[in-house]
Amino acid sequence: MNNVLGDKKAIVVLLGPALVVYTVAMLLPVFWSAGYTFLSGNAITGFTFAGFSNFEKLVTDPAVGEALWFTLRYAVVITIGQVLLGYMLSLLYVFALKRGSSLIRTLVFFPVVLPTVAVALLFQKMFEIAPQNGLVNSALNAVGLGSIDWLGDGSTAFLVIVIMDLWRSMGFYAVLLYTGLVDIPDDILESARLDGARGLHLLRHIVLPLSLPVLLSSIIFSINGTLKVFDSIVALTNGGPGSATTPLTLLMFRTSFTYGDYGYGSSIALLLTILCLVVTLFIFRSSRRDLTKD
Amino acid sequence: MVSVLSRPKARAIAPVIATAGALALLLSGCGAGGGSSAQGSKDFGYLTNVENTTIRGELEALSKDQCKAENAAAPLKVETVPQTSLDQKLQLLAGQNALPAQFAAGNAPALTQDLDKSGNVLDFEKALKELNISDAILPGAAATIKSLYGGKLNVLPYQYNVEGIWFNKKIFADNGITEPKTWDDFVAAGEKLKAAGITPLAASGKQGWPLTRLVSGYLFSDLGPDALKKVADGQAKLTDPEYVKAAQAVADLGAKGYFGQGVGSIDYDTAASQFLSGKAGMFYMGSWILSNFNDKAQNKIGEENIGFMPFPKVSGGKGIDNQYATNVGLPMTFNAKKYDSHASAWLKCIATNYGSTALKDKNSISGFKLSTPVDSIPPLVKSTQETVNNTKESVLWFEALFSTKATTTSQTNAAGLASGSVTPQKFMELVQNDLNSK
Repeated sequence: MNNVLGDKKAIVVLLGPALVVYTVAMLLPVFWSAGYTFLSGNAITGFTFAGFSNFEKLVTDPAVGEALWFTLRYAVVITIGQVLLGYMLSLLYVFALKRGSSLIRTLVFFPVVLPTVAVALLFQKMFEIAPQNGLVNSALNAVGLGSIDWLGDGSTAFLVIVIMDLWRSMGFYAVLLYTGLVDIPDDILESARLDGARGLHLLRHIVLPLSLPVLLSSIIFSINGTLKVFDSIVALTNGGPGSATTPLTLLMFRTSFTYGDYGYGSSIALLLTILCLVVTLFIFRSSRRDLTKD
Repeated sequence: MVSVLSRPKARAIAPVIATAGALALLLSGCGAGGGSSAQGSKDFGYLTNVENTTIRGELEALSKDQCKAENAAAPLKVETVPQTSLDQKLQLLAGQNALPAQFAAGNAPALTQDLDKSGNVLDFEKALKELNISDAILPGAAATIKSLYGGKLNVLPYQYNVEGIWFNKKIFADNGITEPKTWDDFVAAGEKLKAAGITPLAASGKQGWPLTRLVSGYLFSDLGPDALKKVADGQAKLTDPEYVKAAQAVADLGAKGYFGQGVGSIDYDTAASQFLSGKAGMFYMGSWILSNFNDKAQNKIGEENIGFMPFPKVSGGKGIDNQYATNVGLPMTFNAKKYDSHASAWLKCIATNYGSTALKDKNSISGFKLSTPVDSIPPLVKSTQETVNNTKESVLWFEALFSTKATTTSQTNAAGLASGSVTPQKFMELVQNDLNSK
């Protein structure tokens, strides 16, 4: 085996095809797309050189501003929500339910395997107002409150998206963080308990620091996923009402393929890429600093 | 393999072979698509939106009857795509030169004009002349198409619709309402219906366009038939006070609760069923809805109880009497690049036969001349057809001359206009901004 890996030609033979496929399928489109940012037009009308006009537009376009603000809001709220809920659930599994947690774990994980479109339809029906009241509005009526047009207003539609995506994803983060928590050696917890650490104290000084690496991984994982949100929003609100729940990804897709402006769409894609890169670097650096301290 | 690699020369070329193998795999993946499209030229390919079953069904019926010979030479091959994904699909296919022989034109005429500029759309005026059937398309339908597509006959009028307000005659009689002629009468009629616990006007906010049609109806009636042409030409702006007034009028209807609750969540089918179950007194819609009206399973109020009126006149407005909006709903076009002898044979057969068969089988009014007279059509279809023939002045709809972007903005914000979350000024501003950035 050492002989094979020591041979440079063998490495080329083994890696070459994968590298070629990666280059053709991944790197080439990325650079191709970056090239589009200097053009305007589309495959039908042809392309013309646009210089930096796409970038100028990117800065001044209120639609981009609105979509960026929505994307950031969504990413922060959902990341905090799903990691926090996931962490609380994992603590529940490990410290309260202990060995009997498998049924609850399965039930909470269940929404993760459901197709996004099915979940979105379920939530549309639950928060429906017309043609008939859904479950939520019926419950409101039962306690004497009026019906709310949940998906008809930007702020309430955002709330429904948050509830849906948290319900859908918290089970996944719970399992991810659970694996981190079960790795904490029992003897450390035991000795902390003997020293008198209980409840929040134990969590704050023992459990949290020891599960920090997996917690940070979860946050990076979550924030990158949420910045690129597309399917759940398209299925639930399709970016509406108006453009109140349109993230950058949906704006990019529409700009390129519906409005036929590949260049400007690529510029929005570039903005999203830079955003993901900055956020990841930021978290990665802070996590490395924390780890060296520990 | 070990023995192959152990030979020095073979070793040197191994990476090259591997790379070539990977490339061959990739190319064979691409090649498969190319092969099937080449194969497709033997068919008469037809890409249409999945929601429209009328045209597809009629073409399939023709392929077994009047167009049997054409179908034997080049079989009809239908492919469907959801209406909301149609524009993307057309652009992608056009970019790859892979549009089928016949396809649904884009959601906004602007896209079809782009396709035309790149040589993907057949000039029907020329093609029909070559086939000696220039009169196959009714003059009114041809005029509507030309006003939409920059003076060119770029699409076929598989449906030729007149739009207006359908009303429930029984509900009107029960509540002492006569057919409203003016906007004020219309608002007053709505007030009476609301007091009687009936939704005055069924409308789909989810689709949006049934609401923006009210804005354009008001504009054409108040400012005249060229109101939106002026906007398209840059002579007027939607943010001008007289234009905002029209959005305000529709917002006022919403504020009064004329559309019922949750208008943004109501889709096309729900709105139609509200009207056809007697829960709503009026319904703004095009004459394509007649096939729903003639379906006994859907129509609970009876065909005899449905009346049709033009958009009410705004007092002191410049619009003329009996001004209806017309359109060639869900237009289809031919691919100029795949227009061969098979496609022209199909075109001839469709243009000659579609009008009569669609009217007979589906009660669908098209813009094709009737090759054979059709008897025994339902009275409502007959009277609507007469309205189509007698329409003196026809106008387009709100987004007809807008870009795809402005069309999307208008239709996605219409529900907000009706529910009050978007002010009339803001609504017009949003659409105008997209028109400016065109």
